[in-house]
Amino acid sequence: MDWSLPLNLSTQGVVIDRLFWIIAVLTGVAFILVEAGIIWFSIKYRRRDGQKAHYTHGSKKAEIIWTAVPAVILAVLGIYSGGVWADIRGASALPQDALTFNVVAKQFEWNITYPGSDGRIDTADDFVVRNQFHFPANEPVIVRLESEDVIHSFFVPELRVKQDAVPGMTIPIWFEATGTGEYQIACAELCGLGHYSMDAQVVIHDRADFDAWSAGQAAGN
Amino acid sequence: MATIVAEGTGQAILEEHHPQTFLRKYMFSTDHKIIAIQFLIYTLFFLMIGGFLAIMMRYQIAWPDQTLPGGGILPESMVASGYMLPEFYNSLVTMHGSIMVFLAIMPMLVGVYANYLIPLQIGADDMAFPRLNMMSFWLMVPAGLLTLASFFVVGGAASSGWTLYAPLSARPDLSGVELGQIYWLLALVLIGLSSILGSVNYITTVINMRAPGMTWFRMPLTVWALFITAILGLLAMPVLSAAGIMLLFDQTIGTTFFLPEGGGQPLLWQHLFWFFGHPEVYILILPAMGFTSEIIAAGSRKPVFGYHAMVWAIISIAFLGFVVWGHHMFQSGMNPMLGLSFTISTLLIAVPSAIKTFNWMGTMWRGNLHFHTAMLFAVGFVAMFAIGGLSGIFMASTPVDIYIHDTYFIVAHIHYVLFGGSLFALFGAIYYWFPKMFGRMMNEKLGKVHFWLTLIFFNLVFFPMHGVGMAGMMRRIYDSSGYAHLQGIQDTNALITFAALGLYASGFLFAFNFFWSMKKGKKAEANPWNATTLEWQTPSPPMHGNWAETPVVYHGPHEFSHPDVEDKDWLAQNERPDVVSPAGGGH
Amino acid sequence: MAHAAAATAGRAHERGLDVYTQKVGMWIFLCSEVMFFAGLIGSYIVLRFGASDAWGEPGEVLNVPVTAVNTFILICSSVTMVKAFAAAQEGDQKSIKIYTLATAALGALFLGVQGYEYTELILHSEWQGSHGFTPQAGLYGATFFTMTGFHGFHVFLGVVFLSWASIRAFRGHWGPNNYQGLEVLGLYWHFVDLVWIILFTIVYLI
Ligand SMILES: [Cu+2]
Repeated sequence: MDWSLPLNLSTQGVVIDRLFWIIAVLTGVAFILVEAGIIWFSIKYRRRDGQKAHYTHGSKKAEIIWTAVPAVILAVLGIYSGGVWADIRGASALPQDALTFNVVAKQFEWNITYPGSDGRIDTADDFVVRNQFHFPANEPVIVRLESEDVIHSFFVPELRVKQDAVPGMTIPIWFEATGTGEYQIACAELCGLGHYSMDAQVVIHDRADFDAWSAGQAAGN
Repeated sequence: MATIVAEGTGQAILEEHHPQTFLRKYMFSTDHKIIAIQFLIYTLFFLMIGGFLAIMMRYQIAWPDQTLPGGGILPESMVASGYMLPEFYNSLVTMHGSIMVFLAIMPMLVGVYANYLIPLQIGADDMAFPRLNMMSFWLMVPAGLLTLASFFVVGGAASSGWTLYAPLSARPDLSGVELGQIYWLLALVLIGLSSILGSVNYITTVINMRAPGMTWFRMPLTVWALFITAILGLLAMPVLSAAGIMLLFDQTIGTTFFLPEGGGQPLLWQHLFWFFGHPEVYILILPAMGFTSEIIAAGSRKPVFGYHAMVWAIISIAFLGFVVWGHHMFQSGMNPMLGLSFTISTLLIAVPSAIKTFNWMGTMWRGNLHFHTAMLFAVGFVAMFAIGGLSGIFMASTPVDIYIHDTYFIVAHIHYVLFGGSLFALFGAIYYWFPKMFGRMMNEKLGKVHFWLTLIFFNLVFFPMHGVGMAGMMRRIYDSSGYAHLQGIQDTNALITFAALGLYASGFLFAFNFFWSMKKGKKAEANPWNATTLEWQTPSPPMHGNWAETPVVYHGPHEFSHPDVEDKDWLAQNERPDVVSPAGGGH
Repeated sequence: MAHAAAATAGRAHERGLDVYTQKVGMWIFLCSEVMFFAGLIGSYIVLRFGASDAWGEPGEVLNVPVTAVNTFILICSSVTMVKAFAAAQEGDQKSIKIYTLATAALGALFLGVQGYEYTELILHSEWQGSHGFTPQAGLYGATFFTMTGFHGFHVFLGVVFLSWASIRAFRGHWGPNNYQGLEVLGLYWHFVDLVWIILFTIVYLI
């Protein structure tokens, strides 16, 4: 294990990873200060004969400083996070006219409905492939998540995407892959005895390859 | 000055002092001290069970392709031809969490220490309602029996996670578990009732039964923490009970509160659960913070740094605890626009936690630190809780939470808070108040070995889990070998399991020390730690009724190293500085 | 509850709420009850907003006039409860007996009417084309029976305690020096009454 996040392949992942490491540095500094302080005090002020503790009930000044400093840092972090979140999940963040797929989870498989040759979902030429999610890189795509039975969670680590699929709801998410290759969807929400093996193949193509694959599938149907 | 009220005669108290049968004295006792000890034995038992479930889980995670050692003695429905079944693994995941939260940590923090410490630290002779108090323990007994029995019914124990997300929890046809789930929900309703009765008792006792002079801002921080915790339990548990009953109806009589096919809403369960669940997190940590403050003050021989700030931090944590529940649901399908408000409230709640951490360090600063075992655990609590608090910032940030939600990063975080936090403080509390409870000291040498082993193994178990989570390992999976992105962490998973075995084994060192010291430990004085709060100003263990004579309180709870006091570095709450050291004069 | 101030008697203590312990305890317990019903009522509101077509018009299934009478019965029982408490403070033994017993009887009558209502709904009513309005009749039936059922359960507990209080009344237990038990029971009873008025409004009238 190398204490790193896995390869990132999405535009959202760039900002998510950046935010992750910003927090890692901030909390890392706080971590070192606190732990070093505890160890230092533990050694320096350990019991000695004749040593009398300093009698004090506190210091307003110190307390104001260590209330205000974390408050300011956390507020800035919260506002920054909120901005990034709005870019990813906000109501207006969902791209217009992006290629759309329906992903329907059920115990213990993922059924993906493809838009077919017209490039539009909910039309007659849609086709369904079980446990295989192909999509093109370098353009935003939308996934409309549904579930037929219990709650599942659509998780592709390399895309930094995770969203629960809830029965009775259709939840749209979007992402844009920045490279091609073969990966996996994992289910991240406990969904029953096959939860651990509820995976599906993810294949990210160039647009041309994707169109060819899609045409081949449509012809095969 | 405070008003002192005296009513009636001593009749009611004197009546309680008849010789009692064994059954009245130790089984159906209404003495808060005996009830606390009953809770202590009960919760230690469930701590051992909950830990054992975790060990079985860890074995499966580390070596998914191997047979479970000794698995042969378990029924075929759990372990088939030597291999653990995924449905049993899901039960282990679920019941480890459920047992640890509801039958071990929460009743140990509250059932044991609210019961034991509140009357003693405020100078009361017992709880306001001793019989309700007895009932709140005896409700936990059927709850525990139902929980244990649920493993052996058809379909096994509940397997939908401790969070019981519907529809999985509500649909036996989808989870494969029917009776086990019903047993657990019934247990949960009993636990809820027990906890509510307990809360009514604790709150009333603190409000109305403080000794003369024990004003609100002279109460020890433990009492403050337990008082606020009781308020959280009082207001949060009934919501869980209501939700649990609706879930039980979905499961048994065919209603559809949380089932979309009947128009119900799965997310409603999550809102109700986390409306309870987040205050529950603070129920699990505030008392631990109280114990820590007390032990660190006594161990450092200094007053608590910023006592008032500590009180206000507890109060604001409790208040904010009711408005942050949505941060468990960022990826649930809840309206994303709610994300920002829950992020802000969640980051806000980190501020009082930070204040508390710095104030504990401030208490140690320029102290005269006595590192007995309790102090080691209390300082360990600060060091570990800080890590749990800091890792919480990652998931409070909604975009980062997209990636780490439902991964081992969360598992690491919750264990730094609940084990490195709550349980470290509880170990500290047990070592610290053991002499008062049993009249004997625990063995310090064994205690220190137990501390260092626990600290080392704990960090070896849970620190690497952050990395496992960063690598993307999902929670609650029975076998990660099918995932390409998880191939590189299998060695780490094995290391974690070895360390978990060590951690569990060091628990037995503690158990040995506990039971051995109860019989053979060195006799304890009334005040072995030279501490200031009232419970130390009466014999160890205290008599029935607690006090030879009701104490009168003259000042705040942690007057260590008072400059006006000569000859000793502490001043009990019921001692006046001008009486102890007449030369010194008033403060 | 018998010896109202027993728990604090005989000891000096710091000033608390200036209210005896049992009363404080009941207030606190009722806070918890508020949260329990808030959980049920909150869920009802969320579910009803989410699927309003699952609900019937007021009066379509539920018998509003009968329940209105029942509501009146419960309100009357709150009045008799107040009278019983006042009589205890004044030491009017005859009134204590009459009003305590009347409160218990009115509570029992409420339960009887509710039982009649349930029977009619389950056995003799029509809802969305099927016979019988039951807890399985969609979210409407589920929320109706859960909320009114839990309220009924609270009334039932109240009647049990009121019967006990009545027995004590006939033994001359209550009086000017011993009214706390009745007062605390009264707090509970008024709370149950209040919850009913809210339930009646949102379940039957809206
Ligand atoms: Cu799944």
